[in-house]
Amino acid sequence: MKTKSVKTVLPNLDLPESDKGYFCDARPEAVEPVKGIWENFLNWARANSLWILGFGTGCGAIELRPLMTSRYDMYRFGIQPRPTPRQSGLFVIGGYASVKTLKRIVRSYEQMQGPKFVLGLGSCTVNGGMYWDSYNTINRLDQYIPVDVYIAGCMPRPEALLAGIKTLQKQIMAGEAEGANDYARNFDWYKANQKKIIKDWNMPDYNW
Amino acid sequence: MNDMNALRAEVDHRYKIGELVEKRDDLAFLECGKVDIPDVLVYLRDHQGYVHLSFITCIDRLEEGQFELVYMLRNHEAKHDLGIKTYIDRENPVMESTHGHWAAVATYQRELREMFGIEFPGCPRVEESFALESWEGPPPMRRDFDTKKYSEETYFPRPGRETNDPADHMKKTQYPGRADL
Repeated sequence: MKTKSVKTVLPNLDLPESDKGYFCDARPEAVEPVKGIWENFLNWARANSLWILGFGTGCGAIELRPLMTSRYDMYRFGIQPRPTPRQSGLFVIGGYASVKTLKRIVRSYEQMQGPKFVLGLGSCTVNGGMYWDSYNTINRLDQYIPVDVYIAGCMPRPEALLAGIKTLQKQIMAGEAEGANDYARNFDWYKANQKKIIKDWNMPDYNW
Repeated sequence: MNDMNALRAEVDHRYKIGELVEKRDDLAFLECGKVDIPDVLVYLRDHQGYVHLSFITCIDRLEEGQFELVYMLRNHEAKHDLGIKTYIDRENPVMESTHGHWAAVATYQRELREMFGIEFPGCPRVEESFALESWEGPPPMRRDFDTKKYSEETYFPRPGRETNDPADHMKKTQYPGRADL
């Protein structure tokens, strides 16, 4: 189980004074789901309008291309790529993530609107995969951002990606995909992990 | 094919160089002293047609306490590659920068500084990070850097990882009882 860190994160401490005005200085807050039929309707809508952030973070991003074409056609599930994190609800982490990329992943993830979901694609996100002993790639994605569904494989085929998305849709419908709330509740723990490996932290703590 | 021994004699006439090692018809290596490197490169570029610097690379000769630097040159007309090798001290790795001869050299030197810790004084932007941001450990491509140990200490390894040799695993799962395959 994850434990809450006692360390308090200071808001945007490493930003220059002139930049602080651009970013929020409030911690993320968990949004409790509304119980009952209204929440079921919302979850149905969320599950059928998964918009992927168009950010290919690793080699696995190549598997997203065939999904758009007629053979796999992800649009029939209401999935489409979006150009900015503000419009996206689903972040597909495509395989290995170096420390340099993780910095961009954290920024992009925090800028996404909740409720937001993360899909770890490929073995590298699970335990490092073939880069498990590399000096520059992370081993476990769920230490830095919450992950809803992992898809193992190197590389998983587009069919596996579709199966993962179907699993995620089932989770959302059942109200179990609570990644954004998990991130808000364990914010200090996630931030401490992120700052442990991102040594030159020159971005805001609160990216929204 | 041009006469590599004649070329070696030409260079040897001017600079102190080692023996010519011909690996293939279109690939040869010359060893040369550390201080002569810029002059040899310019001579080969301006007088022998080796106009293209393909890359600079480094080999960590840990046992000998040396870094081996290889400057790979290309003569497009003769379709010939020539590697110029030199050795520098591993304890105090400093090499003269040759960014004035090819602009691309600065990038290679920046990478070598980051990955092997070789200093190139005077090279533009050599202090900036190349591929690694915020790296605080020792240069990672040195052979005495334990990348597995570093990864285990830094990146929260997931417990329970098992490693299988692919050949053994296939024999066990796909062809049980047929180990002689």
